[in-house]
Amino acid sequence: MVQSSSQASLQERPPRPIRVLIAKPGLDGHDRGAKVMARALRDAGMEVIYTGLFQTPEMIASAALQEDVDVVGLSILSGAHMAIFPRIMEALQARGVDDVLVVAGGTIPDEDIPAVTQMGVAAVFGPGTPLREAIQFIRDHAPVRDDAA
Amino acid sequence: MMDTDSALETRHSALRKPEGDFITASGEPVAPVYTPRDLERNGFSYERELGDPGQYPFTRGIHETMYRGKLWTMRMFSGFGSVEETNRRFRYLLDHGETGLSIAFDLPTLYGRDTDDPLAEGEFGKCGVAVSSLADMEILLDSLPLDRITTSMTVNGPAAVIWAMFIAAAERRGIPRARLGGTLQNDIFKEYTAQNEFIFPPRAGLRLVVDTIEFATREMPRWNPISISGYHIREAGATAAEELAFTLADGFAYVDATLERGLAIDDFAPRLSFFFNCHNDFFEEIAKFRAARRIWARAMRERYGATNPRSWWCRFHTQTAGSSLTAQQPENNIVRTALQALAAVLGGTQSLHTNSLDEALALPSDWAARIALRTQQIIAEESGVANAADPLGGSYLVETMTREVERKADAILAEIAALGGVIPAIERGYFQRRIAESAYRYEREIAEHRRVVVGVNDYMSDDPSPIPILQMDPEGETRHRQRLTQLRAERDAREWRQALDALAADVASGQNVMPALLRAVTAGATLGETVNCLKAVLGEHRELLVV
Repeated sequence: MVQSSSQASLQERPPRPIRVLIAKPGLDGHDRGAKVMARALRDAGMEVIYTGLFQTPEMIASAALQEDVDVVGLSILSGAHMAIFPRIMEALQARGVDDVLVVAGGTIPDEDIPAVTQMGVAAVFGPGTPLREAIQFIRDHAPVRDDAA
Repeated sequence: MMDTDSALETRHSALRKPEGDFITASGEPVAPVYTPRDLERNGFSYERELGDPGQYPFTRGIHETMYRGKLWTMRMFSGFGSVEETNRRFRYLLDHGETGLSIAFDLPTLYGRDTDDPLAEGEFGKCGVAVSSLADMEILLDSLPLDRITTSMTVNGPAAVIWAMFIAAAERRGIPRARLGGTLQNDIFKEYTAQNEFIFPPRAGLRLVVDTIEFATREMPRWNPISISGYHIREAGATAAEELAFTLADGFAYVDATLERGLAIDDFAPRLSFFFNCHNDFFEEIAKFRAARRIWARAMRERYGATNPRSWWCRFHTQTAGSSLTAQQPENNIVRTALQALAAVLGGTQSLHTNSLDEALALPSDWAARIALRTQQIIAEESGVANAADPLGGSYLVETMTREVERKADAILAEIAALGGVIPAIERGYFQRRIAESAYRYEREIAEHRRVVVGVNDYMSDDPSPIPILQMDPEGETRHRQRLTQLRAERDAREWRQALDALAADVASGQNVMPALLRAVTAGATLGETVNCLKAVLGEHRELLVV
């Protein structure tokens, strides 16, 4: 069950650190942003798993499940997001990974954001997004897991 | 010079930001002013450090006349969607005065995959033009004056295959390979550390590079078989000194490998070429280019014993820094590109690509690409900077910075050598770690507002700047796939099979792969089929994860 962070703070056990999967889908090899974000999230106290390059939707969903993450961050600068995001969302669903926060970063034009949002991506962090903005969004919207459950 | 606390405080109050924030784009401190004392401190000597343009060690430029004799080549990196559209863009740019061609391929092509490869789904033409076969290449090059203009191809993992398609396409048009001029990027080392367009493991990738250098040396005297690159290393986050050192280290490693193959230094070194970034910090970049020439010249003459002066030249192409462009207020990118282009010219580049204003968002539109080209033409014709060689030579600041970036680069080169060279350094993640550190540091500077990016963390604006975004032909991929289907149906199956078998045999037995590649592409083998043949023998590289 997903709880709000205020409910969680009333419990005895503090919520565990937010676990984030940073993934590079498709053939896009531009990994500077993904690596910087991974490190920034780590510095902000989150646990980050970086998948590396050339991830298929199946590989991403599989990693999300295995690593039991709260957040999946998709970094893509190739322009292939409209084709690959739906397949990623399907793969996550197929594995029962349906309560994660999905966010995206990279080169996703403004006009594609409504469609991407419809697919289930909660936020798009485009070029020039301040690190703290992405970090805060994730803090505010990541599902809180009850470790005791 | 040590200040007393109170003197420092007085000085501080006179500064618009903390002393420590007066840094270059690479984080290097910049003095308030440079004087003859800085030159003395460094033991500056015109003869030893500079020489005249065209004179060893070529700090001031590789040619005596520089741009007075011949302007840098205006070479706009282009490619998108289908080969038909890209051919049209090439002709548009030529009509508007570019003087060299430069081809950008899409991601499937760059990874040696045909358009209909399952992993290529959704990626057709998005980052460049799709080329899956010789037939595609022929359409791409249709009507282009390949015997009168040089062509650069940015491709690395499958470079040898794409090059074979280019050569075969030109020969089909009656242009013999010995007349073809151009450049193949083909710099595999930086793929493992920065651009990530690797296919095969490092030693196998290196073998293919040496094959191409050997083939060009024997058969294509006007061709630069490699463009040893720092651009991507810089884009991934490296500092100027790291970009310089990592590039030259890669260069030395290619020289070593080619010497090991048995070629004589003066036979191939004149055709090694380089490719640098031109980033924001105006003087740091100019210093970097000058230091590059000096370090390379000294190494080639003193260490490698090259005697042909052309072997001592660090000839390079430059591209303005894509990573400096912003999605916010994209019109500002025209200014960024102009300043970076100016620095590249003042730094003595042989060839230049200028980014378009819309490139933080998309591939360049016609209009944006034209502005970028005009930027170069205005610098060449209106600014006056091309009238004299190395106009900033002798500047206290520029000579001091040149010396400093050279010193920093030399220290990094020594570290790489101590690790055993480029391949051991790649395997230990040395480059990747340094690049990631520098990238993170730069981002923190922005986050902490010690570094301002106009429109992004300061001077922001809510007004949108609507600019036309490149639209691609929606039928392009369909046409391309149909061509592939047709090719597979119509080629001579026996010759195709024999050609691929011969290729596999040559790769396995250590023969130079170029003749077999030429035969294979001519027999209608696709890019994917050819690369798969190579993969079966050479294996595939797995990324070392370094965050």
